[in-house]
Amino acid sequence: MVDELSFSYEVGNLMYASHGEPITNCLQCGTCSGTCPAVEFMDHTPRQIIGMIRADLKEEVLASNTYWTCASCFHCTVRCPAEIDVADMMYALKRYSMWKGQFQDGLIGPDFSEAFVKMIVNSGRSFEPLLAATYLPKFSARDIIQEGLIATGLVLKGKMPLLPKKIKGLKKFQQMVRRIIPIGEPS
Amino acid sequence: MKQYAYYPGCSLESLGKSYHISAMEVSGALGVELKEIEDWNCCGATAYFPVDELLAYTLTARNLAKAEKTGLDFVAPCSACYKNAYFTNSYLQKDADLAEHINYALEADNLHVYGTSKVRHLIEVFINDVGLEEIKNKVSNPLKGLRVAPYYGCQILRPRKDHEDVENPQYFEGLLSTIGAEPIEYASKTRCCGGSLIVTNRKAALDMVRILLQDAVNHNADVIATTCPMCNVNLEVYQVQVNREFGTHYSIPVMYFTQLMGLALGIVPGHLGIGKEQVSGASMLAFAQNTKQERNL
Repeated sequence: MVDELSFSYEVGNLMYASHGEPITNCLQCGTCSGTCPAVEFMDHTPRQIIGMIRADLKEEVLASNTYWTCASCFHCTVRCPAEIDVADMMYALKRYSMWKGQFQDGLIGPDFSEAFVKMIVNSGRSFEPLLAATYLPKFSARDIIQEGLIATGLVLKGKMPLLPKKIKGLKKFQQMVRRIIPIGEPS
Repeated sequence: MKQYAYYPGCSLESLGKSYHISAMEVSGALGVELKEIEDWNCCGATAYFPVDELLAYTLTARNLAKAEKTGLDFVAPCSACYKNAYFTNSYLQKDADLAEHINYALEADNLHVYGTSKVRHLIEVFINDVGLEEIKNKVSNPLKGLRVAPYYGCQILRPRKDHEDVENPQYFEGLLSTIGAEPIEYASKTRCCGGSLIVTNRKAALDMVRILLQDAVNHNADVIATTCPMCNVNLEVYQVQVNREFGTHYSIPVMYFTQLMGLALGIVPGHLGIGKEQVSGASMLAFAQNTKQERNL
């Protein structure tokens, strides 16, 4: 029995349903980093992140933008010779960082995920314009204008809904969600 | 008439409307009946997993439970919905503890899930259940000479489902050849389009889209065909922004595979949602010459 769990153990625990091998099996071969299509936008490559987790560099890992830059395309996962589910590990790090409220300043991912889940809990369906309200404030003025132009184009082609949809059985749906995460009392 | 429990997913009601319309038309023409799952909810795509894994599986399990009641295979046209449903279903079968947690939550909605559905992607239903031979028999307007870049993207292939070749799949090419088109061979066909990074890391996503567009253009593709609304949006809707960002001049049409199948089956472009693109698909209309011209196009 250990007094304090290693970071590697904690991350492993956050991969509840994953059937990949534990990250302690990592060979540090770098196949994941060589495969990753987003690697050049990451502070640390996936291989480095795994090494850092194993070295218990928790603060450094959480401060890295790497796991929030993962697009979850699972290319690393299917190629890993040690059969580690690297993409799922990135999800686990996202959960860890959301749980601790600890992530690099200026990232949109944490806000976006939280807003998405809240939206589903409130309506059962996704609705793009509501989501945009959560990330637009973090965009540059130029990007906001471009996003506006794109949205206008989509509205004109009838591809952007103007009213949110709700599922019919919303009340029971919310009772179901409440059995998993606390979302407050029914209104 | 083959019947399926159809899970359209949120995108097909908005950005991916053309996919829904064309999927319905093509299914009808091929004797496939897509029966929409009653009061389905959003599958969460990639946005639930960063928050709560159990919630992510439960929300998908609700849709699976509703499909199970019908006894029909669960069919999703969106690769992200398909991936979520596929793995939720397979974990339900393998992990009794997870199934118990999920069913405890589903009980609040008077539902129970067993994991007995077969989860399928729409393209696979056409290829494996209808069959290429049957599709070929129904092609009245073969898309001769149309160079198509089959874009698989990621979630339809990865993580590995059961048997498919995740590095160099060929089934999409096979389908395109069946409808008379010419599938091109290019390296990025399974490279990720950036997915939700288009929102959370715009710079990274635009660069990922640029690489895909350039590879298709390098191989003289006339059109890119997709199997997922998210890929379609990134490649099509954001193509203009790629041009602004990188000073490029891409104007390559991006169509759902169902839209191309529809043209080959003689369905008019307007009935397939063609004409609703941000990047004009006008060059495609030359390949619609033998479709029934019942509308003014």
